[in-house]
Amino acid sequence: MTEKQAEQIRKICQDYGGDKHRMMDIVREVHAQFGCVSRPAMGWIAEATSTHRVEVESVVSFYAFFSEKPQGRNVIRLCNDVIDRMFGADRVAQAFEEAFGIRVGETTPDGLVTLQYTPCIGMCDQPPAAIINDQIVTWLSTDAARHIAEVIKSGKKVFEAWQSVGDGNNAHPLVHAMVHNNIRKRGPVIFDAFTSGAALSKAVAVSPVEIIKVIKASRLRGRGGAGFPTGMKWEFTRGAPGAQKYIICNADEGEPGTFKDRAILTEMPDLLFEGMTVGGYAIGAKEGILYLRGEYTYLLNYLEDVLAKRRQANLLGQGILGVPNFDFDIRIQMGAGAYICGEETALISSCEGTRGDPKNRPPFPAQQGYLGFPTAVNNVETLCAAARIVDKGSTWFAAQGSAGSSGAKLLSISGDCKAPGIYELPFGISVNEMLAMVGGEDAAAVLVGGPSGQIISRAEFQRTICYDDLGTGGAVMVFGAHRDILAIAAEFMAFFEEESCGYCTTCRVGNTILKNRLQRIIDGKGQMGDLAYLEHTAHTIKALSRCGLGQTSPNPILSTLKNFRDEYEKRITAKDDGMQPAFDIAQALSKTEEIVGRKSTHRQA
Amino acid sequence: MSGKITLIIDGQEIEAEIGQTILDAADAAGVYIPRLCAMKGLSPHGSCRVCTVHVNGRPQAACTQPVAPGMSIENETPELKAHRVSVIDMLFVEGNHYCMFCEKSGNCELQAVAYRLGILAPQHDYMFPCRGVDASHPEVFIDGNRCILCGRCVRASQELDNKNVFQFVGRGIHKRLTFNAPNNLSQTDLAGIDKAVDSCPVGAILRKGTAFSVPIGQRLYDNEPIGSEIESGRRTNDRQV
Amino acid sequence: MMSKPKIATTSLAGCFGCHMSVLDIDDRILQLVDLIEFHKSPINDIKTFSAPCLVGLIEGGCCNEENVHVLKDFRKNCQILISCGDCAIMGGIPAMRNNVPLKECLEEAYLNGVTVHNPSKKIPADPDLPLLLDRVYPCHEVVKIDYHLPGCPPSADTIWEALVALLTDKPLELPYSLIKYD
Repeated sequence: MTEKQAEQIRKICQDYGGDKHRMMDIVREVHAQFGCVSRPAMGWIAEATSTHRVEVESVVSFYAFFSEKPQGRNVIRLCNDVIDRMFGADRVAQAFEEAFGIRVGETTPDGLVTLQYTPCIGMCDQPPAAIINDQIVTWLSTDAARHIAEVIKSGKKVFEAWQSVGDGNNAHPLVHAMVHNNIRKRGPVIFDAFTSGAALSKAVAVSPVEIIKVIKASRLRGRGGAGFPTGMKWEFTRGAPGAQKYIICNADEGEPGTFKDRAILTEMPDLLFEGMTVGGYAIGAKEGILYLRGEYTYLLNYLEDVLAKRRQANLLGQGILGVPNFDFDIRIQMGAGAYICGEETALISSCEGTRGDPKNRPPFPAQQGYLGFPTAVNNVETLCAAARIVDKGSTWFAAQGSAGSSGAKLLSISGDCKAPGIYELPFGISVNEMLAMVGGEDAAAVLVGGPSGQIISRAEFQRTICYDDLGTGGAVMVFGAHRDILAIAAEFMAFFEEESCGYCTTCRVGNTILKNRLQRIIDGKGQMGDLAYLEHTAHTIKALSRCGLGQTSPNPILSTLKNFRDEYEKRITAKDDGMQPAFDIAQALSKTEEIVGRKSTHRQA
Repeated sequence: MSGKITLIIDGQEIEAEIGQTILDAADAAGVYIPRLCAMKGLSPHGSCRVCTVHVNGRPQAACTQPVAPGMSIENETPELKAHRVSVIDMLFVEGNHYCMFCEKSGNCELQAVAYRLGILAPQHDYMFPCRGVDASHPEVFIDGNRCILCGRCVRASQELDNKNVFQFVGRGIHKRLTFNAPNNLSQTDLAGIDKAVDSCPVGAILRKGTAFSVPIGQRLYDNEPIGSEIESGRRTNDRQV
Repeated sequence: MMSKPKIATTSLAGCFGCHMSVLDIDDRILQLVDLIEFHKSPINDIKTFSAPCLVGLIEGGCCNEENVHVLKDFRKNCQILISCGDCAIMGGIPAMRNNVPLKECLEEAYLNGVTVHNPSKKIPADPDLPLLLDRVYPCHEVVKIDYHLPGCPPSADTIWEALVALLTDKPLELPYSLIKYD
């Protein structure tokens, strides 16, 4: 590392006040400038932020989008999520591999391209998709892959070559993305027309305590999946002692199959920022943070522009709408590829510039959150709903949906259906009704709630989508009869293994254990005892894990054991002869035979 | 709120004080809850999950959960024992634990908890991971094969030694311990006398030149199960182990 | 006269330390042979199974194809299999090679090792030498094992308690002092 490079790093750190809590932003910028964060760079960053080099290394090593080793000048992140693979991601990967002469996970020797897999990027309605140099490519074909490879090799920028853009604000000059919104069903809560200031002007006309009363009366529950009552969360945060308060919008949207916040951020950012501001007013926060997943970097410039315009319109900043002492502003904190950062305390850890480890609770974020101050973390959709409620009233909202689940829910539906996309539907709709709407009546299995939810069979399609029955943050995946449900469960276990933060034993080790044992059964090497083993190990992981990831990661196995047990049993063909079906002597000897130069003369079954 | 309260653990009333964790209160009352990542003098961590108890029916880590009035806690139940056995088994298969030549054997907390739980062999498949060793430091030896990622060394270095020698890097099953140095431990400011060196419950961090100095039969856990030292402080004498 | 149940023993990739520990039961062996008859075992040098056995005591894990062959033979011929000692349970010291690539192991042993004298510069491929497996396998990964006795070796008392429990049809409940992994 040269002195000039060290100076550039020092400057980046100084731009963030030498504040180690801004480590995510600092690392992002150093990474963007140098293509990696090398070990010497870690030392320079540590020095310029008064922290220790190993703390910088901890951050760089935690997030999938950061690398210690140099990455290519072009980074292709191909989504290998279940839905994308169902629609040809493997063939696209092969096309890229052939075009560049490397395998996925490698960088070309000339430093031109790094090719990687990445989990769900929120484009399940237009698969297969990839992120190329932070821009999104959808509906990839092998032809498109070869074309993109040629563009890259010719030295041109990929997106100069790309002419098509999507609908709505995907065509906005600051977005310019080939993403389509696919909003199939609009409703009164989220995608209805909204005039900026409509909710805020009503909010500042009453007291913050009154706002919280309205939200409580609406019975609004968190739309990210956990379903905590929003009014109660805001009340706790407001009431907690602390020199300052924070409101954080969780736009990490990492649960595979979830892409509804993507559409909100694209089409209704004003409604979202208005909801954050109303929430800030209610809890007494001066600062809001939008934690935006790294996969949505393509929306960053546009969202910053929306914020700038809101400041100009006196909807953000000092003395909002002329109300003295109502100061509130929002900054955007980018994530960097970590599903766990959708968990609210891990998200806070990330905002604080460290690895995305969830925190011990108690204390809960409402008591001690961001930097130790009372913090409310709310989902994108929740904040939009809150703004709408303040505008149109709690009675209007509570009249929709069901008793335990008031209002409407955005569902992002993908998979084997005719019309994947985003649907705003009242809570309490049955799976059957949902399938009829999306053209998925042939479904053999439906996953509600992403991999941490439930996979149900036709026998349960009369069940309803709401917090008390089949809960979801929005993800719904539809699988036809030709899909291999156990292979899908195995992909989900691989996802959880990859995304576990590694803090607690049960999640860190347990997901690998479950993944391996399930794969053994899929490979035809299982035995009946494996089913009970999977079940009780899954229960230990669920019961003992520290956060929502480990508490739900065994669900793909538990729900398929419950609802698709025959899929397991038909793969178990081992005789009860005392031998372990997983032991394959031919496989165990093949490498030796190659090295030594002779085949085994004694090998029998 | 401050002051003394009563908790129920396995049907027995014990005294506790607001501000204590369940683990603190149990220790003070002579009730042993097995644990690995918790250590007196260090902030609670909650990573090993061995100390999981049922609090009013819900699983919680005793080391991070503060006491509250009216808590009814289950500690020694068959269900919790089964969970703890599974977790200890996970720790054994995750690393490479060669007790037969390990310098810590007989004084090792992981081994001792396994002995106390009556574990003869793990129920999970051995992973045989590739882990590193670091013998660069003149006084301290690190064997990554034995690390259980409890974080005691990380916390002890920060909280007791006012240093920052240890930290975790990587994520998930690839998470591992490393040092605040460009290459190896000898480049850190770790000293042999640091409390972080004594904080390791297993044989991952060892002081050089001290191995096998205590004969078999006189090691910490050779004769009495781990936890006996806590239980012998208990006020009532009629509880069965 | 009813014939006594039989016990067979073998050392696979083991050092025979567990067998030495069995013999450390000293004069209790006289009580043992009242209850059981030794069948295929290094102790009496009976080389093949000619009758079904009640108990098979396995020392050592599987490092080569011959170990696998013998272990499967034991599974077929013994009602109860006991993994005796850490090598049988987790591979033991031989399993330390599991993190070293197989080629490197063979080259170190037969070509590059400090004390090796091998002018042929070839890794031996004689068909009489059993081929090494890609890694060392604990016994329970190859066949179903009914009991595990940890230790390196398990003490004679541990082995004695286990055999007595099995032969008198009682549950195996080892006291604290007899559970040791070293």
